[in-house]
Amino acid sequence: MKTFFKSLARETPRSLIIYYALFAAWLLTTAMHIPDGYLSPITSLIMFVLVLPFWVFGVRQLREKMTAKNVPLIALFAAFSFVIMMFNVPLPGGTTGHAVGGALAAIILGPGIATIAVSIALVIQAFFFGDGGILALGANCFNMAVVLPYVAFAVYQAFSRNQPLTSKRRILGAGLGGWVGLTVAAFFAAVEFGIQPMLFHTADGTPLYAPYPLSIAIPAMVIPHALIASVVEGGITALVVAYLIRANPAALDIVNQEQISPEASGFARWRVLWIFLAALIVIVPIGLLAPGTAWGEWGTDELTSLGLAFIPQGMAKLSGLWSAPLPDYDLPSLGNANLGYILSAAVGILVIVTVVWLFTMLATVKKPEAK
Amino acid sequence: MNSVPASRHSRRSGFVERTLVDINHTLEQSLFAEQTARQPGLLQRLDPRLKVIATVLVLLAVSLSHSLIVIAALYLFILVLALASRVPLGFFVARVWVFMPFFTGLVALPALFITPGPVVLNLPFGLVITRTGVQTALFLLLRVGTSVSMAILLVLTTLWNSVLKALGVLRVPAVVILILGMTYRYIYLLLNITGDMFLTRKSRLLRRLPGPEERRLLAATAGTLLGKSLRVSSEVYLAMQSRGFRNTPRTLDTFRMRRMDYFAGAIVVMVSLTAIWFGR
Repeated sequence: MKTFFKSLARETPRSLIIYYALFAAWLLTTAMHIPDGYLSPITSLIMFVLVLPFWVFGVRQLREKMTAKNVPLIALFAAFSFVIMMFNVPLPGGTTGHAVGGALAAIILGPGIATIAVSIALVIQAFFFGDGGILALGANCFNMAVVLPYVAFAVYQAFSRNQPLTSKRRILGAGLGGWVGLTVAAFFAAVEFGIQPMLFHTADGTPLYAPYPLSIAIPAMVIPHALIASVVEGGITALVVAYLIRANPAALDIVNQEQISPEASGFARWRVLWIFLAALIVIVPIGLLAPGTAWGEWGTDELTSLGLAFIPQGMAKLSGLWSAPLPDYDLPSLGNANLGYILSAAVGILVIVTVVWLFTMLATVKKPEAK
Repeated sequence: MNSVPASRHSRRSGFVERTLVDINHTLEQSLFAEQTARQPGLLQRLDPRLKVIATVLVLLAVSLSHSLIVIAALYLFILVLALASRVPLGFFVARVWVFMPFFTGLVALPALFITPGPVVLNLPFGLVITRTGVQTALFLLLRVGTSVSMAILLVLTTLWNSVLKALGVLRVPAVVILILGMTYRYIYLLLNITGDMFLTRKSRLLRRLPGPEERRLLAATAGTLLGKSLRVSSEVYLAMQSRGFRNTPRTLDTFRMRRMDYFAGAIVVMVSLTAIWFGR
């Protein structure tokens, strides 16, 4: 790993790397939607697994706390998020940028429901407008529908808890929340990009997916976001909250009304999710890697069962956590590797469907039957 | 991917005009998609559930492939399907590849120079293009282009409501599908409302507003839109109640797999597995 960074630093003028990476990322700031092709299928799968608890939590909240009344509320809010993403926000200097709207959704609906609303907007964008990938939906939803709303809501709450609806602190909290939320989301996206070249490359070192290592991806995503896109997100959130305080303060109170109140749905469960999110923030880089190893092990098990007893030694040689997925691609015994590969595709689909189904079952257990 | 880069509009036009252009562009696009989805083509005749699963399969094959040729072959396969489904090829190709350079192209560009590997070309200022760099950039471009084409093809040949209903096979909860359908429907209402709001404002403007004024206008428009959304949502709720909605969405499941669907499904599975095999 180290040698990779060293050779990278040696062979290229640093200024060039930074200039181009910043330039490329500046263009990315107008659309943070990750298309298919940037992330490996394994990463995409892991992102689905990470985002699933939040979907389940949101849908569950929807079913329990939110009565039928909230079905159109969420639909309208998802539509609103979609339309808001289309607004060209005028920036000083004559250019325009786009907002995600996730922070606003969290402030109005609470983060649990905001996850569902923003996810739905993202699903429609991915399927209908080709904006953001379908396999990458897990990653996009995690960044923009989970990280952004939860972080933004935490900041907003820190400023506005127990403040009157017309308090100016709400504007400040909303603006800061949007800014911090999107910047953190950009960081997560950068980590997802940045681990690709280390984990997934061909034998001669050609990166198969997003080509930039963490050392480039993180500054290239986070710095321009902090300077442009997050400012847009924070700005539009603050401006809309300011407008609502003037014109429609009741809208700011929806989250506290009984039907969608986060407290009413059991603060304990909320705290669990908060802790889960905090844990994720800490372990995501590892979390993304560890299952990579599991994947490698799975392949080995699969192959050992076919009588290839020498593989564990090969694995031992490549004991580094980072290069663990390699054996899957580099195995000399072609025939069996093929089988493993095709199996992996089939199993991948099966796993997605099973996991979604299981979580759906979990989510529906408490569903009140309408008589 | 398909959003129009801001540079295409005149720099002097304000955000009101740009947003109006984007809104109209979106409405136009979906009208066009609906039109093609109603054409009597090959894919239009297949079961939407099959198409959703086949799309995911092809996307997986593209994503798993370690070979550029395999991805290119899959792209050709998609083009053939598009042709057989009466999707205008020029539009289909241009929609994906014309705007790619603005996004993925520029993201991929630095990789040409900074990926360590054997040198292909020496440029002035000590820049070198490496073979691995070219490969990785091609991987990114081809993968993104092919995946986007597949997603667009699904929508161009399937009515949105059918896509939604088909998501049920992926075990998406019914309530989520209901919300997805309503969201899609109300996106158009909100887009029209927003377009009207901006148009009324634009028709009263003689010149571009100063920056702070523009931002205030934007916030007021967004805030009003939010208020309207909330109002409409409670009206919709009343409408649903008065029509007897009792918390459990019901859909008419009219899908039926026919012999042709099984045949097409077998072909897609074969193509995907072959691609995964050769692209390993």
